[in-house]
Amino acid sequence: MKHTHSVITVSGVKKVYRMGSNEVFALRGVDLDVAAGEMIAVMGSSGSGKSTLMNILGCLDVPSEGRYVLDGVRVDGMSRNQLADLRNQKLGFVFQGFNLLARTSALDNVELPLLYDRTGQKRDTKALAAQALARVGLGERLDHHPSELSGGQQQRVAIARALVTSPTLLLADEPTGNLDSRMTVEVMALFQELNEQGITILLVTHEPEVAQYAKRIVVVRDGRIVRDHAVADRHDAAADLRALDEEQAKQEQQLEEAA
Amino acid sequence: MKQTTLLKVASQSILKNKMRTLLTMLGIVIGIGSVIIMVAVGTGAQKSIETSIKSLGTNLIIVMPGSFTMGGANQGAGTFSRLTIEDAEKLKAQGTLLAAVSPVVSTRTQVIGGAGNWRTQVQGVSTDFLAIRDWTLASGDFYSEADVRASRKVAVVGKTVADKLFPGEDPVGAQVQLGRVPFTIVGVLSPKGQNAGGQDQDDVVLVPHTTAQSRLSGNVRIGQILASANSPEELPAAQEEIATIMREAHRLAPGADDDFTVRNQTEIASAATSTTKVMSGLLAAIASISLLVGGIGIMNIMLVSVTERTREIGIRMAIGARGSDVLTQFLVESVVMSLLGGLIGIAVGYGGAALLGHLTGWATAIPASAVALAVAFAAGVGVFFGFYPARKAAALNPIQALRYE
Repeated sequence: MKHTHSVITVSGVKKVYRMGSNEVFALRGVDLDVAAGEMIAVMGSSGSGKSTLMNILGCLDVPSEGRYVLDGVRVDGMSRNQLADLRNQKLGFVFQGFNLLARTSALDNVELPLLYDRTGQKRDTKALAAQALARVGLGERLDHHPSELSGGQQQRVAIARALVTSPTLLLADEPTGNLDSRMTVEVMALFQELNEQGITILLVTHEPEVAQYAKRIVVVRDGRIVRDHAVADRHDAAADLRALDEEQAKQEQQLEEAA
Repeated sequence: MKQTTLLKVASQSILKNKMRTLLTMLGIVIGIGSVIIMVAVGTGAQKSIETSIKSLGTNLIIVMPGSFTMGGANQGAGTFSRLTIEDAEKLKAQGTLLAAVSPVVSTRTQVIGGAGNWRTQVQGVSTDFLAIRDWTLASGDFYSEADVRASRKVAVVGKTVADKLFPGEDPVGAQVQLGRVPFTIVGVLSPKGQNAGGQDQDDVVLVPHTTAQSRLSGNVRIGQILASANSPEELPAAQEEIATIMREAHRLAPGADDDFTVRNQTEIASAATSTTKVMSGLLAAIASISLLVGGIGIMNIMLVSVTERTREIGIRMAIGARGSDVLTQFLVESVVMSLLGGLIGIAVGYGGAALLGHLTGWATAIPASAVALAVAFAAGVGVFFGFYPARKAAALNPIQALRYE
């Protein structure tokens, strides 16, 4: 953590959807401030408005009302193209379903955001993509296609794709939703490691145990933030992973003894 | 995105569904293929017509029997010939604008002699015939005025007839039988090839028209009269003159219809051209319908592709693709597909034209401009029919696209 300026400043953000003559409030006034270097979990049940909040924070949607400043840039009121460029420059997305391009190598998948870069600064796209894959521990699997990788590995490719542009903020939407418990811990360990390296991470989840790996938890209900607190007993994913390994080793030993 | 990347992405997605791409391209392949064949046949026909107009003769005018009315019912042209040798003689004597005149008495007869027999066209013509048709002799001499006047049994044979009956020899001096009448061959015509209608002009035997009339056809009427004008400029005036002389000869009252028809070689050629025009028009219709259907096929598949890849579009947008990037991607894809179809179509067109030429004996020629036009057309179809699906893809909402199952 070099300096603690605000990455996200949201004030009075509302989102209204019109369903015929009805107005549906997805967000009823949200204030949120996320500083650089934070790892924050947004929790809430379905219909709470957390997806809408995620979409707005991810610059995929604009608020109906209120201010959103991302890394010093005013987002509300931007055009589609400006939003696209902002997503490319400042954000990295990790989705529940991995959302990798099928029949496309890991390297090409990770390279993709760089191909949409309009600043012209990121020249050696293949090398940058390879670096990002090495950073998530997949430096040896550049040519593998998603179908040849496990769920956890696919999610790591997705994380590499999110990291390759050196974004200000990493947004993860239910990143462990499609993973078993061991892969979940693996991915969370990677997130914690990246956060230690100074990357700001915001993850949306409905699993309390996943949220426990974050530093701060925000709970959304009925379009409002109802709780916002620091995590008291934060879990260390790396330690949990070691514990899982030991347990497995013990089980295997018992099986051998029984045999 | 860089152009090379765009092309790579487009070809990747095209190659993912090989069968589908192939079937989609088929319409374009057929369309462009028929355009090429159409142009090949059209250009080839035009070239062969040009050469056959030249082979018809110099400043040729043909006088044919006209329509004949029987009891108020018009029987159409050529039903009954009122042309006679005397008409030809009058034209020869009175025509000031005519360089040469020859009657043509035609019959089909079996020619027997030499190596066997051969059925061919026997034409009774005067000594002017060679000059009118701009024809020369390969060997021997043409029969003389004296031969014509005396109705001598002498004949000049075409190259084809000479080759059939006397392979490898010079038939001059040999005897042949035309039907039952013995003739002496005095000359062989130089080869002239096919005419505009694809007929072999060398498959002919020429005899004095007097002999043909008395010994072979036994008919006073003649099929046609050939004449040639002094110069191309005088063709219309010469036709007028022929009409005047003919009306006088046939004692037609002023206001009565002509009982003959006068045509010059360009009019005959234009009739031949109109046939190929109909042919070309038909192929053009097939080509444009096929291109339209092919284009709709491409649009259809691109729409399916956009729907199938909604999620991919969502991903691309989430990581920073603008609408225009997505638009370009899909447009490049449809253009690559239709261009590929166009190139295959050009190959098919070349093959088809060669095959058609081989089977029918038509001359075919494919100018480079036609190939360039076909390529441009294929690309145009790709852009036109790819635009709507591409725009649909570009207008997708990234949030909904990402959620699409």
